[in-house]
Order: sequence, then structure tokens, then C-alpha cells
Amino acid sequence: MTKLLSIMFLMIFTENYVLVQFLGICPFLGVSKKFDSAIGMTGAVVFVMTLASAVTWLIYTYVMAPAGLGYLQTIVFILVIAALVQFVEIFLKKYAKGLYQALGIYLPLITTNCIVLAATIQNIDNSYTFLQSCVNGLSAGIGFGVALIIFCGVRAALENAKPPKCFEGLPITMVAAALTSVTFMGFTGMAENLFH
Amino acid sequence: MKRKMQILLNGIFKENPVLILVLGCCSALAISVTVLGSLGMGAALTFVLVGSNIVISALRKVIPDKVRIPCYIIVVATFVTLVQMVVEAYVPTLHKSLGIFLPLIVVNCIVLGRAEMFANKNTIGDALFDGIGMGIGYTMVLTAMAIVRELFGAGSLFGKQIIPEEYTVRILAQTPGGFFMFGLVMAILVWGLAKHGKKFEPKMGCDGDCGGCGSADNCSEKEAKNV
Repeated sequence: MTKLLSIMFLMIFTENYVLVQFLGICPFLGVSKKFDSAIGMTGAVVFVMTLASAVTWLIYTYVMAPAGLGYLQTIVFILVIAALVQFVEIFLKKYAKGLYQALGIYLPLITTNCIVLAATIQNIDNSYTFLQSCVNGLSAGIGFGVALIIFCGVRAALENAKPPKCFEGLPITMVAAALTSVTFMGFTGMAENLFH
Repeated sequence: MKRKMQILLNGIFKENPVLILVLGCCSALAISVTVLGSLGMGAALTFVLVGSNIVISALRKVIPDKVRIPCYIIVVATFVTLVQMVVEAYVPTLHKSLGIFLPLIVVNCIVLGRAEMFANKNTIGDALFDGIGMGIGYTMVLTAMAIVRELFGAGSLFGKQIIPEEYTVRILAQTPGGFFMFGLVMAILVWGLAKHGKKFEPKMGCDGDCGGCGSADNCSEKEAKNV
């Protein structure tokens, strides 16, 4: 239990994928303009990441590892994720109209989102158990959401700012992201002290 | 030959993948901590890019249009797996310092982006030069950022200590430094171009400018904007 809580805390705060590990920067910058789309993207990412963690763990442990196919990890995982996203989209469209309308438009974006592949590879690298992998996927998704939503607020404030001419647009957004990530540095080392 | 040179230079300057197209910034920000790591990552990406560009360009009449993205992903993933094996076997230190970003070349938007924007419309020779040019462009930006970050953040260059550690700006070598450096480099570029009377507004690939994005076809961000 402590291990699960520690994974959650690590993935959401200390080792936050976006603001500490530089993963998923593209959607972080692309979707953080509007609060609604940030929420939608977060929902889709949490959903797909948890599912992908579970599926890839099962495939790796019960099919690839016994057959000695560990070296095919990258190819198999990216295909599984792509297929999974496609499948989830079709399934939601047919059976869960409401959810599809909320998340549907963000689903295709996720295939090329590096955090999903990163989470599934890390599950295997850290030799997590099935439950730990699922929690890792779930909390990494939540961590992505936390970063996205915080940055959404920062960007809203940025709209009214008047930076020097050459910093307008993306450059000042990157500087703002730097300052946001400074706040996350405050969590460094907290997990070790909390869960021991 | 003149056209080939033009394609090559295009990737390095006019359409620099990191600064102008703003693709693949995850790895650019994360790896640019050390100069050696940047050069290694640049070499790995260039190899994957050249390989996938050639194969995709050769197969451009064979791959059906509807399933082209999964096909591209398989081609790219194959080259990435190759690089992973070679690096792990011969340069284990590099393998350790690149970590997760090596397998993540698969989802690096530069590779898929060039496949979609260039390789599937051009001949093998052109695609080869495009791959080399883009690879050099990527490596150059990474190395430039890494020189500043390593020298002032860790006080070293190529792993050799130059500035004593007490006098370094340690934050440059950490996450915030990556974002800040990238913003700064972009601002300098905008400022420099403005001096020569050229206007340039850096935009994210999915900021509505879908022509500059490899996943534009897979992407519903356009629709999201209209909703």
C-alpha cells in the first residue's frame, strides 16, 4: 500500500512527467490555451494511460517475456497503444455517446503523445507488478492533468502581459513554463521522507 | 545537385525542425543538459530520420493512403529498435544518459512529420538529403543549447570541469533551465530576424497551423477549435 501511495505521489508531484521529466510537452503547450480543452485532454490521457499500462503489462509479462521477445518492446508497445486508442474511440462512439463527445476529439492526439509510451516502458523498466503499473499509468495521467490545468491559469494571466517584442508568443510561454516548473522543484525529496 | 543542397540547407536553417517547425521539443529540452548527450541523441535521431525517410519514400507508391500512419509508425519503430540495440551494445554510457528518450524517438514528431510532409511526396534521393538536413538542424540546436546549459549549469564541457562548481547557475542544468533556455533561444532568433527585416512568429505545430505538423491528419484539434 505504501508503495502504491509513493508511486502516486512521485508521478503526480516529484517526478511529474511534464514539468520535471520533459515528457508530453507538445500537448502541454498546444492544449493549455482553454480550460475546457485542458480538462478534456486530461480525461482522455488518464483513461488511455491506465488502460495502456494494464494491457501492455499483460502482453509483456505473459506473451513477450516467456517468448524472449523483449527486444521488440518499442514496436509492440506503440502498435498496441495505437490500436487501443482506435478501439477505445470506436467503443465509446457506439456505447458511450456522452463520454465520446467529451473525450472523442482528444483521443487521436494521444497516439503520438510520448507520455503514454513512456509510462508503459517505465512500468517494465521498474519491474512494477500489475497493480503498480495501473496505478503508475493512472497517476502519471493525473500528474499531466495537474500540470496542464495549472499552466492553463498561468497562460490566462499571460494573455494580458506585455513582454518585450521578441518574446511575444511562444518564447514568453516557455519562460512561464520554466517558472511553473520551478514550483514543482519544491517537491524534490518529499516522497522519500513521506513514505518511509 | 543544386536542389539537393537546397533541401539540405532547408532542414538546417529555413525549416529548422526545433526552432522553426517546433517539433520534437520534449527530447530537445531534456537532452540538452550535456553536450555529449546532445551529439549522441542527434546522431541517433539523424540515423532514424534518414532510414525512415528512405524506406517511406521508396514505399510511397506501395503503402495505401488510408493506413499510411500505422505503416510509418512500424517503419520508424524498426529503425528505433535498431538504434537502441546498437547504442546499448557499443555505447552503454550514452544509453544510460539518453534513457527513455531513445525509445521515445518513435513518437518524436520530427520523424513522423518529415515522413508525412516530405518523404511520401518526394524521391528517395531528396528524402535522404531532407533526413540529413533535418538531423543536422536538430543536432545543432540541441548542441548550442547544451553548450550554454552545461557550461553555466554544471561548469563543465564534454564532461570536463571548467568553472568551479560553486560558481555555477545550477538551475540551468535542471528542468526550469531547459524551458527558459528554449524560450531564450527562440526570442534571440526572433530578434535577430527582425533586425534583418524578417518577421517570424514561433508557433506550436498544433496552433492551428496544421501544415507544420506531422500528426495533422490524425489530429482533431482543428475541429476542437471550431467547437
